[in-house]
Amino acid sequence: MTLRRSLSLVAAGAAVVLGLTACGGGGNPVAGGSSQAPAAGDTIRIGSADFTESQLLAQIYGQALQAKGVQVEITPPIGSREVYYPALTDGSIDMVPEYTGTLLQYIKKDATETEPDAVYTALQAAVPAPLTVLDKAAAEDKDAVVVTQAYAQQNNLKTIADLAPLGGSITFGGPSEFQTRPDGIPGLEKTYGLTFQAYTALDAGGPVTVKALADGQVQAADLFTTDPAIEANDFVVLEDPQSNFAAQNVVPLINSAKASDQVKQILNAVQAKLTTEGLLQLNTTANAPDKPNLDQVAKDWLAANGL
Amino acid sequence: MVWDWIPRNTDLIVRLLGVHTLLALIPVVIGLVIAVPLGWLASRNPGLRSVLIPAASVLYTIPSLAVFIVLPAVLGTQILDPLNVVVALTIYTVALLVRSVSDALAAVPALVVAAATAMGYKPGRRFVSVELPLAVPVLVAGLRVAAVSNISLVSVGALIGVGGLGQLFTEGYQRDFPTEILTGIVLIVALALVVDGLLVLAGRFATPWTRMGVGV
Amino acid sequence: MSLLFSYLFDAANWSGPTGIPARIGEHLFYSLLALALGAVIAIPLGALIGHTQKGGFLVVGIANGMRALPELGLLTLLVLLMGIDLLPVTIALAVLAVPPLLAGTYSGVRNVDRGAVDAARGMGMREWQILTKVELPNALPLLLGGLRAAALQVIATAAVAAYVSFGGLGRLLIDGLKSLDYSQMAAGAILVALLALAVEGLLALVQRAVVSPGLRGGGKRSPTAEITRSTTPEQIPEPAGATP
Repeated sequence: MTLRRSLSLVAAGAAVVLGLTACGGGGNPVAGGSSQAPAAGDTIRIGSADFTESQLLAQIYGQALQAKGVQVEITPPIGSREVYYPALTDGSIDMVPEYTGTLLQYIKKDATETEPDAVYTALQAAVPAPLTVLDKAAAEDKDAVVVTQAYAQQNNLKTIADLAPLGGSITFGGPSEFQTRPDGIPGLEKTYGLTFQAYTALDAGGPVTVKALADGQVQAADLFTTDPAIEANDFVVLEDPQSNFAAQNVVPLINSAKASDQVKQILNAVQAKLTTEGLLQLNTTANAPDKPNLDQVAKDWLAANGL
Repeated sequence: MVWDWIPRNTDLIVRLLGVHTLLALIPVVIGLVIAVPLGWLASRNPGLRSVLIPAASVLYTIPSLAVFIVLPAVLGTQILDPLNVVVALTIYTVALLVRSVSDALAAVPALVVAAATAMGYKPGRRFVSVELPLAVPVLVAGLRVAAVSNISLVSVGALIGVGGLGQLFTEGYQRDFPTEILTGIVLIVALALVVDGLLVLAGRFATPWTRMGVGV
Repeated sequence: MSLLFSYLFDAANWSGPTGIPARIGEHLFYSLLALALGAVIAIPLGALIGHTQKGGFLVVGIANGMRALPELGLLTLLVLLMGIDLLPVTIALAVLAVPPLLAGTYSGVRNVDRGAVDAARGMGMREWQILTKVELPNALPLLLGGLRAAALQVIATAAVAAYVSFGGLGRLLIDGLKSLDYSQMAAGAILVALLALAVEGLLALVQRAVVSPGLRGGGKRSPTAEITRSTTPEQIPEPAGATP
């Protein structure tokens, strides 16, 4: 029968196509690392946030572990902490590169510590089992309120407090979640009495925010201190004398079930080598116009640091 | 544009293409399987039809991003689960195809159906051997729309972290890298054209009578 | 379940420059711009091709090809190249509006009763006059059908503009997603669907009012009819009302 023959041909064709795509993906292609099933055995599934530095750190940790024979799976970038933290708690991912200050405030909304060691100690206590944090690095990447050189000079701005009288004419730019985070808009209001005329949700300290600030679409923005664009655009980082932004040292947040002694040793060795200057360098390399692959950038850093 | 990015990342691109294809086409298959009986019911029962078709059109108005986002709350899945995308696209496919199937079956000449019954075809066999084949052209048209539509919609899943070529869009945007985005667009359009072409061929295979010269 | 609707029920979310009415206004604004741009491109083109009866396959080809263009990709690419501006967003959304408008106008003009066109020609009307005085008025049902489909598409997809920092109801979806606030996301989803349906219904009324009584008979079609019909490849949409 013609219909039967043609239907079986179509079915065969479909099977071939599906088979080919399955080969291209390897294993369960649809899972892609962010499915519900936890990583098999002692494979460590490493997630990251949706900005370049987080992805770089995930690559660095992952490759350092792989070099010593640990099974690792690095997932595609997930999103803001509000999205990947639940993935950690339910076991969909095992590890994520984190920052002490903001992580502490996420877990404990009323945390008041701001000094690096105080924050770290409080964090160790606050992190709920089975999660745990490893050694903190000297490397720090903080949120900062940034303005253009011209705007700073025009209004004589040195600290965040200087923005207070101008608030009514400022559109502030930053990631969406900055509007609700304790050290974000609510924090700026509490610490400095700042209210802005409007908020434009851009990206997490990325090129979109940089452009919006440079083009004048926003007058002040939330950027990260290790962003090479700050210096490249001659932006001014407003000082934070009241410490609205707590210390934000890089630290791996990991499920203790996967944190064997070997794993801890490897990762802490990486932590010892991470410096703020180093982060700045990593970001500069990664943001170059020819967009090198992030895993290559991570590889080069590991090689340069003997890991 | 940084064209050497493409050869540098063929592994990633091929993997994303594979995931994307699966996420787009699995809902088409499942959607078809669900839509055929529903459409058949609608074609025979005007009351049901007047309920199903408007319901389908309402489903279609809900933006894909909204459905991807809200499904986890409804299904109890995680927000990053590709299942959200598959279920959402299946719903869209069913919404699209129910009408196609219903119209297609309703367009089968009553004379042919009567002749088949007179020849002794039982209803089940008659459906599979007579009505369905005659409905194929309209069905294929609906499938083509559903497939192309799904291929485009899977990319929106990148906003909830589901893999597929949409990842090239979010990462490209995040790194200020138009080359990556352009690659994604070209691949999606190419994939859509290939799948569309395959469906046209499949439709032609399944309806040999349309290819023959119309004789007496 | 009530938690899911808490955002909608919170009065604070219904006022101010970031309140729901403001977002609805923004959403409609982007959609209107996109539809206008799409109409300016698609209607003359469709009318021309329909009138001259040449290049019909072009219409089908363009409509198909454009339907395959991924909206998110187009939007992000244009914004990266042109900046966070209303123009790239309008262009990206107009791309969605063009296929249904093009198909609707084309088939509307093409399916006008040839007798009427011949009569007009016989009366000495010039081609231009035939198009504007005979064909377009007769093509109105299908053209408006195309407009309804386009409006539906654009309003439903305008939510994506929030990804590139614009406002509109998509803001609720994206911001809700970033903070994993399910009730905000649900509010966005429900409101966009309602808005799309409301506008679609409004246009249906307009269609009923505007189309000459002699041509009426359609306008009862459900929106999916226009979507599946006017976007079905190779199938020219029948005049609204051909099959109930």
